Amino acid sequence: MRHLTTALAALYAGLLYLFIFLPVVVLVLFSFQDGTLPVPPLNGLTLRWYEAVFSDGKLMAALGNSLVVAVVSSAIACLLGFLAAYAFARYTLPASALLRSLIVAPMTVSTLIIGLGLLSVLNLTGLRLSLVTVGIGHVVINLPLCFAIIYASMGGHQVNIERAARDLGARDWQVMLLVTAPMLLPSILAAFFLSVTFSWDEFIVAFLLSRFDVTLPVEIWSMLRSGLDPRTNAIGSVVFLISVAFLIVMELAVFRKTGKSS
Amino acid sequence: MTADVSIRNATKVFGAFRALDDVSLDIAAGEFIVLLGPSGCGKTTLLSILGGFVEPTSGTIAIGGRDMTHVSPAKRPTTTMFQDYALFPHMCLRDNVGFGLRMRGMARAERHEKAFSYLDLVGLRASSAKKPHELSGGQRQRVALARALAVDPDVLLLDEPLGALDLKLRRQMQDELKAIQKRVGTTFVHVTHDQEEAMAIADRIVVMNKGRIEDVGTPASIYMRPRSLFSAGFMGEVNFLPARMRGTAANEAEVETALGRVALPASAFVSGVPAAGRDVTLCIRPEHFRGAGASVPTVSLGRGRITGSAFFGTHHRCHVAADGTVLTAHLPQTDNPEVGTELDLRLKADSIVVLQDGAGV
Repeated sequence: MRHLTTALAALYAGLLYLFIFLPVVVLVLFSFQDGTLPVPPLNGLTLRWYEAVFSDGKLMAALGNSLVVAVVSSAIACLLGFLAAYAFARYTLPASALLRSLIVAPMTVSTLIIGLGLLSVLNLTGLRLSLVTVGIGHVVINLPLCFAIIYASMGGHQVNIERAARDLGARDWQVMLLVTAPMLLPSILAAFFLSVTFSWDEFIVAFLLSRFDVTLPVEIWSMLRSGLDPRTNAIGSVVFLISVAFLIVMELAVFRKTGKSS
Repeated sequence: MTADVSIRNATKVFGAFRALDDVSLDIAAGEFIVLLGPSGCGKTTLLSILGGFVEPTSGTIAIGGRDMTHVSPAKRPTTTMFQDYALFPHMCLRDNVGFGLRMRGMARAERHEKAFSYLDLVGLRASSAKKPHELSGGQRQRVALARALAVDPDVLLLDEPLGALDLKLRRQMQDELKAIQKRVGTTFVHVTHDQEEAMAIADRIVVMNKGRIEDVGTPASIYMRPRSLFSAGFMGEVNFLPARMRGTAANEAEVETALGRVALPASAFVSGVPAAGRDVTLCIRPEHFRGAGASVPTVSLGRGRITGSAFFGTHHRCHVAADGTVLTAHLPQTDNPEVGTELDLRLKADSIVVLQDGAGV
């Protein structure tokens, strides 16, 4: 009986993982399809679609744009999130709980609404759509996440350490830069890399707020309009691989740090 | 460096709570002062006011003759050693100790040199590249001390720094603290609720209770000649024997206690000899019930019967019943007190201290 339940549990878990990872496996597998259609049957394996993708100037430009937008917007979101978290954690502010939930609230709003709202605001201000506006959009959607992660890691035990720094002559900015931020580095890095992976494959805001220079998801979307093609699988696999790489870097950075500090 | 500290009429009110009530105290340069009292007595508030973390509601603080009442912690010639050490977890010991010097703009090489010398002072130079989490509690404590001293403060404030250590390590650190204080000559103001710790390290002890200073003096004078009932009780075990003034002569006064009339020298009355008829309290340390030699004036409280006894290593702690009053007596370890035997309650006349009821400083 116990063996049976164990077997059933294993089967269930197996099916669950299959359900989650099958689309990715299929995508990656058919990026090597020797033929023009990325659908079964698998005719053979080739790297020519990757060759085509990496020699495609527009795709590579979009990939570069995506990286720049992801890194810059995440850095800004982390900086703003850190400053906000510091203020809420270290000072008594009026209506603190309400203001805190207002900062986190955009997480529950769909990116479509945020994108459309930003589009109208940008129209009003007369700011031209560009990678900058895409970056602004990504800061808006990632700031709540960065704030929540960093705020959660700011505890009372760090207050005395900051006090000690002040007592030894540090100014406020020195306390933040030399003591608080390094102490919170694991969570700041976690927020940064998570934000990068979100920004990296974000489509709706990037689509609504860009015009001539576009990010990779938008470029892939315009490729898809001309029909299915193993090239889309190849670039999709690249996107997936880079996301995984960011996550691995995050795990290494964060767990190496937290594993060490007592 | 070192400096004197002068606290004038410091009062701190938190809402309806008077944490500090009109406290005045002068501390000499280079002195090791211990603020002693139970939790909530105001000792930590007073330390925070000295460090600049709390501003007094009224009153002034001067360090080295300069008014510091409204100066921020960073600009004061004080540093604080925190109870939880508050070391910077991401910095090695060298950088922890050198942090204050870095904030003062000292060049890297010079700073490291000085940090090494202070790590040397606390015996941790060999560990200078380690991070705080690699150290034991006692070692962290030493680093915190080195870090606070590295900036040459005039006054070092220590907020129950030994509270988290086990007893053996605490005794060892007390000796080290005292030795280091002697070496650097900085004024130390140390907060604790442990009277043994206070006696082990202090030049002078300040006993505090309910936001006020109860008693100030050397460990011996506070223990032997307490100036308040609270001070007498907090510094160690004591028998309080209520009494009433009867008559006074030139150098003597007679008091009536439950154990009979006793003649006491005028010097036993810490705050002057009260008029006849006033209520007073006799304070008698338990270890003073030991057969006094015939050459010194003694006082007899009659005889008592031992009702309980326990061996404490350095002494036997006995309960003695006499005329309905129960006293505690510490008898020499070589004695063999047995329950039921009678004890002569005789003690040196100058070992008794008489306080007026409700007397403060």
